[in-house]
Amino acid sequence: MGMTLAEKIIYMKLGREPSPGEIVVLPIDAAMAHDGTAPLMIKSFNEMGASRVWDMEKAIFVIDHISPSSNEGTSALHKMMREFARKHGIKLYDVGEGICHQILPEKGYVFPGGVVVGADSHTCTHGAFAAFSTGIGSTDMAAVFASGKLWFKVPESIRINITGSFKGNVTSKDAILHAIGEIKADGATYKSVEFMGEAVKNMSMDSRMVMTNMAIEMGGKTGLIASDSTTRAFLEGRIKVPFREIAADNNAYYVDELEIEAGKLEPMLSCPHQVDNVRAVSELEGKPVDQVFIGSCTNGRLEDLRMVAKVLKGKSVKVRTIVMPASKEVLLSALREEIIEDLVRAGCAVGVPGCGPCVGGHHGVPSPGDVVISTTNRNFKGRMGCAEAEIYLASPLTAAYSALNGKFTVPEEVS
Amino acid sequence: MKIVGRVWKFGDDISTDLIIPGKYKFKTIDFDELARHVMEGADPSFASKISKGDIIVAGKNFGCGSSREQAPIVIKHAGISVVVAKSFARIFYRNAFNIGLPLVESKDLPDFVNSGDVIEVALSEGKIYAKGRTFDFKPIPDFLMRILEDGGLVEHFKKRGRFVWEE
Ligand code: SF4
Repeated sequence: MGMTLAEKIIYMKLGREPSPGEIVVLPIDAAMAHDGTAPLMIKSFNEMGASRVWDMEKAIFVIDHISPSSNEGTSALHKMMREFARKHGIKLYDVGEGICHQILPEKGYVFPGGVVVGADSHTCTHGAFAAFSTGIGSTDMAAVFASGKLWFKVPESIRINITGSFKGNVTSKDAILHAIGEIKADGATYKSVEFMGEAVKNMSMDSRMVMTNMAIEMGGKTGLIASDSTTRAFLEGRIKVPFREIAADNNAYYVDELEIEAGKLEPMLSCPHQVDNVRAVSELEGKPVDQVFIGSCTNGRLEDLRMVAKVLKGKSVKVRTIVMPASKEVLLSALREEIIEDLVRAGCAVGVPGCGPCVGGHHGVPSPGDVVISTTNRNFKGRMGCAEAEIYLASPLTAAYSALNGKFTVPEEVS
Repeated sequence: MKIVGRVWKFGDDISTDLIIPGKYKFKTIDFDELARHVMEGADPSFASKISKGDIIVAGKNFGCGSSREQAPIVIKHAGISVVVAKSFARIFYRNAFNIGLPLVESKDLPDFVNSGDVIEVALSEGKIYAKGRTFDFKPIPDFLMRILEDGGLVEHFKKRGRFVWEE
C-alpha cells in the first residue's frame, strides 16, 4: 500500500513506515508561540524547571494577536515574552511584523518534509508547503521548547480532489468553505486533510494556504498539499535546507474522499455561528452589512489585497471596511504596487500587519446587532469580541463587492 | 480514579470561544480571574451555579476552535472534575490531559443524562454509572493516564525529569 502525504513525511523522519493510529515521537523543525499562547508556555516551561531552549534557531515567538497592545494587561504579557526571548536567545517578531502563519514561511522556517508545531490551531496552514504542521497547546509547547520532540498519533487521511478550474468570481476560499460545509466541523477530527487535483495544482501559494489554513475548521490535524514548482518558487532564497518535491503515492489509502468540480462552485458564505453553516452568497444577496474586514492568516496576503484593490480602485466603500495586511512583507509589496493607496482612497481603514479584529481583541470589535463580512476563518459566537454580532465568512472578492454596495453582493465574474 | 458528581449538560460544538472568550485570555494568566468567566459564552451564569466536583456532559466536538489552553484550565480551575462528551477536538484533548483535566469520550451517555443528574465516572475501569445504567468507554491510553496521575505534564516532568514518551 502506498503512503499518504502525512505518512510520507512521518516516514522520512522515522526512517520506517508508520501505521495510522500508532503513537510516534518526532523531532521538531520549527516551534512557534504567539502572544495568546506564549505567556502560558513560559509559565509551564519555568514550572517544569527547564533551563534552556533546545534549539535557539528553531524556537520562534510572534506578537501578532493583540499587536500593538491595547491594554496594560496585554502589554505586561508582551513584556514577559520579550524577556524570555532575550534570556534564551530566541527570535521574537514584534509588533508590526505580521501574523505568525505568514511570517513562518516568509522567513524560511517551513520546508517540505519539515515538522512544524505552533501553539495556535491554524498552524495547519504550513501544510501548503508539504510540511507536517499542527497546532498544540502551551504546555505541549513548553515540552517542545525543553526537549525538541513531541508525540503524535499518526493520522488517517482524507482526500479532497478538486478538478477543473474556477469561475472568474470563485476563489480558493469558496472552495474550502464548500468543503467544510460538506465534511462538517468535526468530519476530519484527528485526520490529515490532503488537497489535490488540477485546481489545486494551478493555485498560487497564497491560494493554497487558504485551503490548508482552514483544515482545522473541519477538525483536521493538518492540511497538506504536495510540493511542486510553485512551492519551490516561493521558498527559494528563503529556506536553508534543500528543496524536495513530496507527493502522496497514487495507491495511498484514504479513509474518506470528497470530489469537487471547481467549475460548478459559486461564491460561498459561512453563516453565523458555525463555520460549517455554509450557503451561497446569492441566497443572501441584498442583505445590509455594517462592517467588512479583509485580512487574517486566511486572506490577508498580497493576492487577496490585489483582488480587493482591483474592485475598489477609483470607487468608494459604503460601509466601514478594515484591511490588515498579513505581514510586513505583504504590506511593503502592497505599498510598492500602490494597492494601499487605492484602498485608502476608496475609504478603507488600513491597519498594522497582525491578526486585527479576527479574534476580538481590538482594531474593529463590532457592536451588538452588527452584520460583519469577514475574510477570516471563524465565526463562532463572540469570536470578534461581541456575542451579539453576526459574522459571515467570505472570500476577499465577495467582501470587496459587498463593501462597495453596503450589502451582500455576488462578485462579478472577472477573468 | 473514581469521580462522582452532578451533571451540567451542553450541546454540540462547544468552542473554546464559548468556554473562555478571547477578549479575556489576552489580558491575564490569573486563573481565578479567568475562571469567573468559564463557559460564559454558552451559559453566562455558569460560574456562579457550579460547585466543586461537578461534571460537564456535552455533545460532539467539545473544545473546538483555538489552541487556547486556558479553556481546559478554567474548567478545571472552576472545580469541574471531568468532562464527558461524544467527541473532543484534538488540541483540546491534548491540552486537557497536559493540565490534569480528565476527559472521557462516550457516544451514548450524553443523550441519557440531564443537568442535575448525579453520575459516577470510573476512569481506570472505563465505565460510567448513571441512573441504573452502565456505559463503557474506550480506556484512556496508558501514557496519558500517567501524565494525569502525576497531575499534568508540568508535574510529570518535575517528578521524572523527562517526558513519558521519551522513555
Ligand atoms: S489571524 Fe485570526 S485565525 Fe489567524 S492566527 Fe490571528 S487570530 Fe488566529
